[in-house]
Amino acid sequence: MMEGLREFCGMIWKVLSDQPDPKAAFLPLVPEAWRVEVSALLSVLPILMVFPALFALTTVLERKGLGRIQNRPGPNRVGPAGFLQFAADGIKTLTKEDVVPRAADRVLHFIAPLALVVPVFLTFSVLPFGRNLVPLNLDAGLLFFFAVGASTELAIFMAGWASRNKYSLLGALRGIAQMVSYEIPLILSTLSVVMVAGTMSLPAIVDAQAAGSGDLLSRWHVFTPWGFAGFLLFLVAACAEANRAPFDLPEGESEIIAGYYLEYSGFKFALFFLGEYLGLFAACGLGITLFLGGWHAPFRFMEAWVPSYLWFFAKLAGLVAVFIWVRGTLPRVRMDQLMNLAWKFMLPLALINLFAAALWHFLGSTPAGWAITTGLLVVSYWSLGRILMPPGRIGRRVYRYAGEGPA
Amino acid sequence: MSALNLLLGIVVLTGAVAALSLRNLVHCAFASIGAFLGLAGLYLHMGAEFVGLVQILVYVGAVGILFVFAILLTRGGGVEERPLFSTSWLCGVGVAGALALVLLSGLFKGADPSDPAASRPSPTLKQVGQRLMVEDVLALEIMALLLTVASIGAIVIAMPEPSRKEEDPT
Repeated sequence: MMEGLREFCGMIWKVLSDQPDPKAAFLPLVPEAWRVEVSALLSVLPILMVFPALFALTTVLERKGLGRIQNRPGPNRVGPAGFLQFAADGIKTLTKEDVVPRAADRVLHFIAPLALVVPVFLTFSVLPFGRNLVPLNLDAGLLFFFAVGASTELAIFMAGWASRNKYSLLGALRGIAQMVSYEIPLILSTLSVVMVAGTMSLPAIVDAQAAGSGDLLSRWHVFTPWGFAGFLLFLVAACAEANRAPFDLPEGESEIIAGYYLEYSGFKFALFFLGEYLGLFAACGLGITLFLGGWHAPFRFMEAWVPSYLWFFAKLAGLVAVFIWVRGTLPRVRMDQLMNLAWKFMLPLALINLFAAALWHFLGSTPAGWAITTGLLVVSYWSLGRILMPPGRIGRRVYRYAGEGPA
Repeated sequence: MSALNLLLGIVVLTGAVAALSLRNLVHCAFASIGAFLGLAGLYLHMGAEFVGLVQILVYVGAVGILFVFAILLTRGGGVEERPLFSTSWLCGVGVAGALALVLLSGLFKGADPSDPAASRPSPTLKQVGQRLMVEDVLALEIMALLLTVASIGAIVIAMPEPSRKEEDPT
């Protein structure tokens, strides 16, 4: 017993200090028959604990941040400076009555929040969080991420349809249309990384971004022209996939009240909320893995004295902060603007970026490679913008319905 | 046959039977999606990683969405009162039986799974890609052309007819 406890603490120390194969000493103490299950549990439990905790923290920080952007204090009543607000929110959602409309399809209404949260948790299993922290090292890790993530769209439809509410159904239709449209630029922007790295395994993609022995700076993909363009495309598409402002049309509280989770209350609503934020974290984690060097430090000399997973989570915090900032800054887009952006701007640009990545594959990091890929991307960005928004259409705003009055 | 195999088989069969026998079209769509998921699980369990993941991505992510979209755009998901058994069942049973014969003959011709000498192929993603993009690239391109033609056709059908001039609302 004592030995088991010691080895368990040793395992946690090995994880914290970035040592390889932390489970090696602990697992032989477990009975032979349970070894596989215990090993899986040891990989799964940290995900189930860390990310919901991060979600709780993010809800408070987001409300504080949005408050600062909008010149108000934000939550400031529970705990020091309002930072325990998430506990109050959690208790409230857990104790509220679970209201199911009489006309609703009870079975699907019950399954929908689970069908959203379970796949989102599964997507975390392929992300490399640290040097030796990959729960599931799949040969086709990226494919797994997108395959599992694709089923969240069905959960949204299920929620909207089962509620038997026209606003819910409208929200679900908007959600599916948006997610299907933005999935294409999302996947195409990640394909450029697969092409250059030559693998779909996420740990191998992280390894491809490690600094060589001679470089000062790491070889993050975002430091290349195609990687930079791909990262921006990925970020915009991920924002739309996560249904976050400025792409929060499926919720659209001023038009369709709350979209597909209008008829959800109590814990089921909390599950939707959790699923949405976890989806955002997973998308950020994938972006970090593919473009921002995964758990690698920006400079080679930093990797020796800061644990790898801290870099991953620092980057995650940075990206989430960017998303909060964007949410507080940009107004919601209109439906036609949303579709135009996806199909007429991001899709062609993602295809051109794929071509640029192919050129980079042959030219390499030479001056010619830099000049040609940068030129190609800048010219196509500029001309696509020109075609979509000709100079004649930019001018004084004309109000068609509101009328010109004093502001 | 392991317990997991049996469980997945039950999921697939239950999903398929439910998809045929439920009255609400949206329930049928979700039941068939459940069957697709079970099939993907079977593929993954047998070690066919690529096929299993593509099964989820294509059938659950794309075909499933297409199902529900088609149901919503055509009938509004209403429940239709109609006998479950109809004369077209005979035809369906005939086609299904013929397909089952073909599949079973292939199954019996193949290697015995309990035979340890028959080595299980475990293709890596690289090998699958090599095969698809290099050796069998012609078939892939023909499929791509077919799909492109189909989508262009869909757009042509969906386009408003040029003779009917619609009034510009602006």
